[in-house]
Amino acid sequence: MSATTVWATPTTTPPPEPPPAEPNYLNHNYSIWSWLLTTDHKRIGILYLISITLFFVGGGIAAGVVRLNLLAPNGAIVTEDVYNRAFTAHGVLMLFFFLIPAVPAVFGNFFIPMMIGAKDLAFPKLNLASWYVFMIGAACAAWSVLVGGIDTGWTLYPPYSTRASQASVIPGVLGAFISGFSSIMTGLNIMVTIHKMRAPGLTWNRLPLFVWALYATSLIQLLATPVVAISLVLIMVERAWGVGIFDPSIGGDPLLFQHLFWFYSHPAVYIMILPGMGVISEVITCFSRKNIFGYAAVAWSSMGIAVVGFLLWAHHMFVAGISFYAALLFSFLSMLVAVPSAIKVFNWTATLYRGSITFQAPMIFSLGFIFLFTIGGLTGLYLATLGTDIHLHDTYFVVAHFHFVMVGGMVMAYFAALHYWWPKMFGRMYSDWWSRVAAMIIIVGFFLTFIPQFVMGYHGMPRRYPNYPAELHILNVMSTAGSSILGLGYLLPAIYLTVSLFNGPKAGSNPWSATGLEWQTPSPPSIHNFEETPVVVCGPYEYAIGVDQMGRPLPEGPGEGGPIDPASHAGHPYPAGPAPKETEVVG
Amino acid sequence: MSAHTHSSVLKHHFDHLEQQHASERLGMWMFLATEILFFGGLFGAYTVYRLYYPTEFEFASSKLNRVIATINTLFLITSSMTITFGIRAAKLGDRAGLIRYLVLTLLLGGAFMVMKGFEYNADFEERYVPGTLFRSEYNAAFEAVFPTSPLQPPLSKEQAKAYFEQDAQSAHPKHQHWAAELVLLNYGKSTKDPDYIDPGKVQLFLSFYYIMTGIHGIHILVGLGCIVWLIIEAARGAIPPENYSTVEVVSLYWHLVDGIWLFLMPLLYLAGAGWAGH
Repeated sequence: MSATTVWATPTTTPPPEPPPAEPNYLNHNYSIWSWLLTTDHKRIGILYLISITLFFVGGGIAAGVVRLNLLAPNGAIVTEDVYNRAFTAHGVLMLFFFLIPAVPAVFGNFFIPMMIGAKDLAFPKLNLASWYVFMIGAACAAWSVLVGGIDTGWTLYPPYSTRASQASVIPGVLGAFISGFSSIMTGLNIMVTIHKMRAPGLTWNRLPLFVWALYATSLIQLLATPVVAISLVLIMVERAWGVGIFDPSIGGDPLLFQHLFWFYSHPAVYIMILPGMGVISEVITCFSRKNIFGYAAVAWSSMGIAVVGFLLWAHHMFVAGISFYAALLFSFLSMLVAVPSAIKVFNWTATLYRGSITFQAPMIFSLGFIFLFTIGGLTGLYLATLGTDIHLHDTYFVVAHFHFVMVGGMVMAYFAALHYWWPKMFGRMYSDWWSRVAAMIIIVGFFLTFIPQFVMGYHGMPRRYPNYPAELHILNVMSTAGSSILGLGYLLPAIYLTVSLFNGPKAGSNPWSATGLEWQTPSPPSIHNFEETPVVVCGPYEYAIGVDQMGRPLPEGPGEGGPIDPASHAGHPYPAGPAPKETEVVG
Repeated sequence: MSAHTHSSVLKHHFDHLEQQHASERLGMWMFLATEILFFGGLFGAYTVYRLYYPTEFEFASSKLNRVIATINTLFLITSSMTITFGIRAAKLGDRAGLIRYLVLTLLLGGAFMVMKGFEYNADFEERYVPGTLFRSEYNAAFEAVFPTSPLQPPLSKEQAKAYFEQDAQSAHPKHQHWAAELVLLNYGKSTKDPDYIDPGKVQLFLSFYYIMTGIHGIHILVGLGCIVWLIIEAARGAIPPENYSTVEVVSLYWHLVDGIWLFLMPLLYLAGAGWAGH
């Protein structure tokens, strides 16, 4: 459908529905092999979406076991051995198989080519291979769980993991090792695509901030993942053959593993959070109908986080016997990384200022992100400070801090992305009311789960212990109660999103009246995304003058004319908004 | 997206061949960056221990086969040259030349692996392998000099030397030369002495030796697989001059594997080059 004809349609009568027979990426072929052998980035994104949803459920069940067991000071439902395996399974599944692939492999895969006006990622076969590698890694993790699970914690510290543990460590480590390659493949693919396949006119300074965030993420994936890969190989060799380089009995140094492990695993938390920050920049601008405040600052702070994030891994080892001067340096660098994160938060807040804000589900999730991530980030400073870290190290304070950033931040951003782009991915709208309710339940449940953990951590409850003193009983009960609310909150989207696939009203090509190139395609997108390569004439968030990146007027947005159900005008492009002035839209 | 650039080698999602080639090259360079970090973790760990335990590492390194390593270095450097000639042939559309250079590269890389196999085999026959083999060899040599039975007095240093020399000249030596040397070097030293050579740390070096050369060997095998694939593609005419970047991308990988060997060679084999002077 050519763009000019759409905008020429009279406003009074809604134009007829476009013929439904148009093939899109979902309906052009229904066979199972067309999915399993697809090289279409959109279908691979959907494959990832289905897979990581399964792992999210698996990791959630393990978290449920942990929380339920902590209902009683001496363990409520499982033995201590099973408890160890449950929290390890929770960590491994959630980190390696949900958080790391969540946004890059699902939404990055699906939307990076569309946002930059390309037909596909640079290496479609590599993209498919990455999903298979990911699934092989997941099969190894499932194998490890089926034969009893690992009890080392997701950090796999030797010598416990290499000598003492009686659990099936090798399959789990192998799973993490293999899935790391899928992460490298996705990162490499996205990075090359952003470099080489941008549409004409789409300069680096006109890239959507989601693309910038994914670029920074991919940089970390490329440069950090191989280091954890080699340290996991060393763990497996040492465990399998008893020969290794971390074995203290022959002069090896277990602390060396911690250095190698955290050299990846600390940047890995930025692999998890940076894409979320990209999502927030997209959603905040769209639902406050404003240009992003400080585009360059937000874009470069992503790169700043990626670079500084490489330089502070040893703050995980302040009490593990590193030298005082090293600790001092890593403490300083850990505080330094708060600066680019704060730049983002301030710029998002400034974007909201005097915006015309509406509260659809993606926006509620995004506001939740800003609020919870800020708490998570500020409590991180307590842990970066040498004096307080000695008190708080390895307590529930760390658990709560980490979950505020990862669940309060990243999972919230994941749901924002899911709700924001769902109409584009499947061409259907979900229930507006239920989605808002779910977002509110998730935020409330989250608070109730993790605020008590700050308190119990401050009082000295160590993480990973199955037992605790009776004084902390009430806080643990609160936390478990909160986690059940959180669980309910996560169940709701599964229901209403599934219902929307079959019964949801049809979404138009641009239900949120957003500016990005991905909204210039039909919903669901056609097989090759664009009929002809789009030409970009302006930056990504020209909401103030109401034009998309191709310089055409936006349809009426959710913010104009009161809080209306976006589904009610789905499919009807409104030529509202001020007329574009060519002189204003360059840049 | 003009029509004249469309050819059988242009993939559907690229606009023109330059874009496709640039993407392939950039992708391979990025992959090489991950490879450097992958080996970088190993090199970093090696450096730490090399600085912690210089004596043990020099001793252990001096027992490796420097001759095979030197020949292998020549093989790999030459193979990097032949694959570069291959790119030139591909650019010129010289299919026979391309196949010839690729086969040469394949033979040189294969020769590296064969030599490496002989070397591993010799190391295993000498029980120069970390873990139980190493420990049992060392303990046997140690107990020959310092018997566990209180009824047998330990040998003096001269007696031990004579015993090991005699053993080495027998038809079926009971002890490996490195184990005998280690026991003699440590004779009369306490484990606290600065020049005591801790057999545990010798094993640490050997762990690095096998893990680093093993992973490097896997990389060589992957490279050889890619070259075989290139030969098949070239033979069926699927590498026309405008698609020479396929050869170039494989050659980048091959150069990296070669380059990593150029670091492994001094770190593993030449670290102990000055050992004889001790």
